[in-house]
Amino acid sequence: MLRIALKMLFGDSAKFYGILLGLTFATLLITQQAAIFVGLMSRTYALIEETPQADLWVTDPTMQFVDDTKPMQVTALDRVRSVSGIEWASPLFKGLLVAKLPNGGRQICDVIGVDDATLIGVPAIMLQGKVEDLRKTDAVFIESRGAAKQLLQPLTADKNGPKRPMQVGDELELNERRAIIAGIAETRPSFQNVPTIYTTYLRAVGFAPANRRTLSLILVKALPGQNLLELQTRIQAQTGLTAYTPAEFSWKTLDYWMTQTGIPINFGMAIALGFLVGVAIAGQMFYNFTLDNLRYFGAMKAMGATSRQLLQMVAVQGLAAGVLGLGLGLGATALFGLMIPGDRLAFKLTWHLPIISTIAVIIIVLGASSLSIWKVIRLDPKEVFSG
Amino acid sequence: MSGEQAIFCEGITKTYGEGEAAVKALRGIDFTAEFGEIVALVGPSGCGKTTLISIFAAILSRSSGALRLAGADPDAMTNQERTLFRREKVGFIFQQFNLVPQISVVENVAIPLLLRGENRTESLDRAEKLLIEVGLHNRAQSRPAKLSGGQQQRVAIARSLIHEPSILVCDEPTSALDGATGQRVMELIREQGRRPDRLVVLVTHDERIYHFADRIAHVDDGLITRIVTSDVELAALQAAAFEKGKIK
Repeated sequence: MLRIALKMLFGDSAKFYGILLGLTFATLLITQQAAIFVGLMSRTYALIEETPQADLWVTDPTMQFVDDTKPMQVTALDRVRSVSGIEWASPLFKGLLVAKLPNGGRQICDVIGVDDATLIGVPAIMLQGKVEDLRKTDAVFIESRGAAKQLLQPLTADKNGPKRPMQVGDELELNERRAIIAGIAETRPSFQNVPTIYTTYLRAVGFAPANRRTLSLILVKALPGQNLLELQTRIQAQTGLTAYTPAEFSWKTLDYWMTQTGIPINFGMAIALGFLVGVAIAGQMFYNFTLDNLRYFGAMKAMGATSRQLLQMVAVQGLAAGVLGLGLGLGATALFGLMIPGDRLAFKLTWHLPIISTIAVIIIVLGASSLSIWKVIRLDPKEVFSG
Repeated sequence: MSGEQAIFCEGITKTYGEGEAAVKALRGIDFTAEFGEIVALVGPSGCGKTTLISIFAAILSRSSGALRLAGADPDAMTNQERTLFRREKVGFIFQQFNLVPQISVVENVAIPLLLRGENRTESLDRAEKLLIEVGLHNRAQSRPAKLSGGQQQRVAIARSLIHEPSILVCDEPTSALDGATGQRVMELIREQGRRPDRLVVLVTHDERIYHFADRIAHVDDGLITRIVTSDVELAALQAAAFEKGKIK
């Protein structure tokens, strides 16, 4: 009878394709919006993931997220270094500065200043130049997206003429000081979507307007075998600063954007809309499909179909529609993700998202099936008689 | 089984609702029918025919009275047992055929066997054979919608007989068909349905098919008011219908 149930579903092509379209569209909307949301949110802590050398990130206690720099005095670095259990501690400058481009244009850039001695914090992937090139006079690295988009350089004197990406050897000015591009790095896109410039800590401080407090963050590497929790507690107790593991700092950053901005609500509404589309189109169509077939279910009930058999028939119809709709929707989402360049649209299809979509589709199908099953169970076989 | 009682009922009543809203659909039906018979239940709309045939088909419970269907009392059974009783003992022919439109004719015929969990290939083989008997072997793989009304009812007849029921319940089997087709369908029901071990119960308004019945029970206001049994009386009924212009 299950084969007959499937034939009933596939045989009603108008309703079947309607159900399929609804479920596919719902899955696409839910998964795609969720993937963009996850992609966007993961950009908020891209810097933390780009700096895997650090076991702990030490910050001012009032810092809310990684871009919320609350500069500390440089002596904070020495205080942290004096805590036992630390292999090394490196300073990190992070700040938004205006870069003056060779063509006279101005562009806000995120400037990262890494430890002059160790260069810890420099991107791992260099497309042009070497890490050591950062030690050259006035050297800075820029990341490839910024070089190819916001920092484009005109090929001719005409500012509106053809342009080329900024490349090694080009110059720009940061706070009236010369900076020479010594390397192009590949990094993950940041949430702020402004070009990121890497240089040494002291050079970055020099680029920034004069300030008594210049130390944005301190990267800490624990000694081998050191218990991180105990080290965190010691740092906090001895320096008055806060030490986070990369995971904690990422979550703190994520939590800020989740709770202090309307982004989750916006995406939540889009995802809810996808769910409602699924309920409205697929759920309604599936219910109508059952209603249309109620007289045949009634006839079968009269002929001796048990409630269990009828339930199985409706359930297998719901399952088939759900599996196909989910598969097509996830496939379409993956295709969407492959077709859209990653730097243009934040899109991150983690393994959690298909599970969430599957649960959503199960809820839609179960809801629609339950209504249908309720109708079939309550069906009085006597109704198949004409009187 | 011929000569034994297929249906025995005594003082059957059926009341829908309770209190002041209660409606008495059957008010004390006494009726017996033997295996091998074709019995027609006739009467005006709302007289209780559908309620009575639903009770005879073990679909509906009576409110009071005594009932035996093929030797069993369906009201003494659980719902599940009653469902299985219908599956084994009762065949159905509906006015609107109720053939599942998305599956083939042969699959429709095989449904009663598939409901019993019988082997699919064997069930379809038996359905094919039965389609040969009703003259539709060349339409086995067609969808029901491709068939005429008469052909669809022939498929429904095959479906109702495939599990060899003891009681064949036919609900207005000709009312969706033209006169000639209705006659052919009834001939088929008589040829294929009548067996010494089977009772055919027919509910109909169609006086043109009265002559296919061995007995005609008139139902009126929840009671069987008259049972016509002799050929003479049947002929008189037909003649009356002819005079009223219902038979040409």
